[in-house]
Amino acid sequence: MIEVRFFAALRERVGNDNMTVSPPETVNTVAKLADWLTEQDPRVAQALAATPRRMVAVNEVLATEDAAICDGDVVALFPPVTGG
Amino acid sequence: MKTRIEIRNGPLDSTEPAAWLGDAGLSGAQVQFAGQVRDEQGRVEALHLEHYPGMTESVLSTIVEQAATQWHLNGAWVVHRVGTISPGDDIVQVAVSAAHRQAAFEACAFIMDLLKTRAPFWKKELIGGRWFWVEARERDAEAAAAWLQGLSGHELP
Repeated sequence: MIEVRFFAALRERVGNDNMTVSPPETVNTVAKLADWLTEQDPRVAQALAATPRRMVAVNEVLATEDAAICDGDVVALFPPVTGG
Repeated sequence: MKTRIEIRNGPLDSTEPAAWLGDAGLSGAQVQFAGQVRDEQGRVEALHLEHYPGMTESVLSTIVEQAATQWHLNGAWVVHRVGTISPGDDIVQVAVSAAHRQAAFEACAFIMDLLKTRAPFWKKELIGGRWFWVEARERDAEAAAAWLQGLSGHELP
């Protein structure tokens, strides 16, 4: 199982701040997970399409779209950060 | 080196960092930056900030550790506000102490530039009674990239 978390505008577009999913084993990178979610869930598909620039974190560490993911990981998707 | 990293859901006191960093003669320099809410000619009524609890603190710690490998610092203070904030209020305080001013100036700017592009905070502005998410700026990314280019062999995660 993978926990997916959404923040800020992306969270509002999804209508949910997290979801737990069990994708097939071939879904082994952040990019593949985003593609898989897009196929599975029209709301997430719409939200991701409306957020062309995004950042990702795997287990609370900034990562890239090609970062490897596996069972038990927490993958966060969010718009570019705007603190400070 | 002493370090204070905190996310606060309430007002910041501008005198706190200097008092906390005070080290009775060890440091010869203290630099403090305060980021404040602009009202954009009266348009912005309030700002709301959210963050990713847990990740925020660890990213800020990593940035401060990175600064400490580049400059000899005696203390670093990074306190960031979340929740709803009024124009003119402090959003973030970054303050550092060091033996000499150059290290203090540079480390303070470095921490702030990296925070802007890496720490998971998001802002929205209240304008005309409606909330609008603030978009990230390209020049913030360029400022952070410029620091990282200058630091050979120290990749941040």
